[in-house]
Amino acid sequence: MTANPTAVQDDVLKIGPYTFRSRLFLGTGKFPSLDVQKRAVAASGAEVLTFAVRRMNIYDPNQPNLLEELDLSRFKLLPNTAGARTVEEAVRIARLARASKLCDMIKVEIIGDPKTLLPDPVATLEATKILVDEGFIVLPYTNDDPILARKLQEAGAHAVMPGAAPIGTGLGILNPLNLSYIIEEATVPVIIDAGIGSPADAAKAMELGADGVLLNTAVAGAKDPVQMAEAFKLAVEAGRKAYLAGRIPKKRYASASSPMEGLMF
Amino acid sequence: MRLTINGEVHDVPDHVKTVADLLRHFGLDGKLVIVEQNRHVLDRDTYADVPVREGDVLELVHFVGGG
Repeated sequence: MTANPTAVQDDVLKIGPYTFRSRLFLGTGKFPSLDVQKRAVAASGAEVLTFAVRRMNIYDPNQPNLLEELDLSRFKLLPNTAGARTVEEAVRIARLARASKLCDMIKVEIIGDPKTLLPDPVATLEATKILVDEGFIVLPYTNDDPILARKLQEAGAHAVMPGAAPIGTGLGILNPLNLSYIIEEATVPVIIDAGIGSPADAAKAMELGADGVLLNTAVAGAKDPVQMAEAFKLAVEAGRKAYLAGRIPKKRYASASSPMEGLMF
Repeated sequence: MRLTINGEVHDVPDHVKTVADLLRHFGLDGKLVIVEQNRHVLDRDTYADVPVREGDVLELVHFVGGG
């Protein structure tokens, strides 16, 4: 059928020691109910789910918890260090997450500004170095800065996760040029994380050559999160296929699709 | 015995001698709970062996929804 050497069935995403078929990573925050969340997770086809680490409510031990209802053998957990504002806080959260013995991946997320929730690049780089040394599979959430992405790779990050737009804004891909620089130069997978608003944004990220997309609000906040989860699954697959297929170059003037020969008039 | 748990002071009964006892006291045994004792993250397999002592500062954390 196709001469394309990257047959779709062989097209897997490798991060550290792990191999994934799905390129859509799903966050688990802000869903309207546990039931909707479970059905959205299923509809998304995601194999990687993100979580946050927080104090338990010790007065209400019977609160529903998604993790207790998931078949954890089917998912890789990617806890984040959300809430951390310093290197020390991020490392502490990462160690707590790993002590669950459910995961060894960590999404380093150190916020540098409360309004934009943009990551602190210096602290992110420093925490990445420490956590790589401690044996974590490290996926830092970063600015869309190609130089920073390179330094994170050099520090041993197992993937880099530049934002498309500020967290939760749904503004989509604000700087495709920078993302394309990061993707071109990357020696580890590039997962576009944060700011994705619609399946079109996710498809665009994949067409740019991203290895995956991480999103949460765009699904959890949709009117129908389950249907939106499936839409994102299809969009990520479509964008990936389009990337592998190779898009046409852009031209400034028209070129006819129909032949000029054999015209009757 | 007086402990600080998740930032609040708690008086726990005398039969609470280990981390496992403490979790049972709060009905959290069998839950996915990660324990930090005096800034030291505990191995989940050791909860029954690790004593809790007067004045300990404990954090009981778990995974919640997040992106």
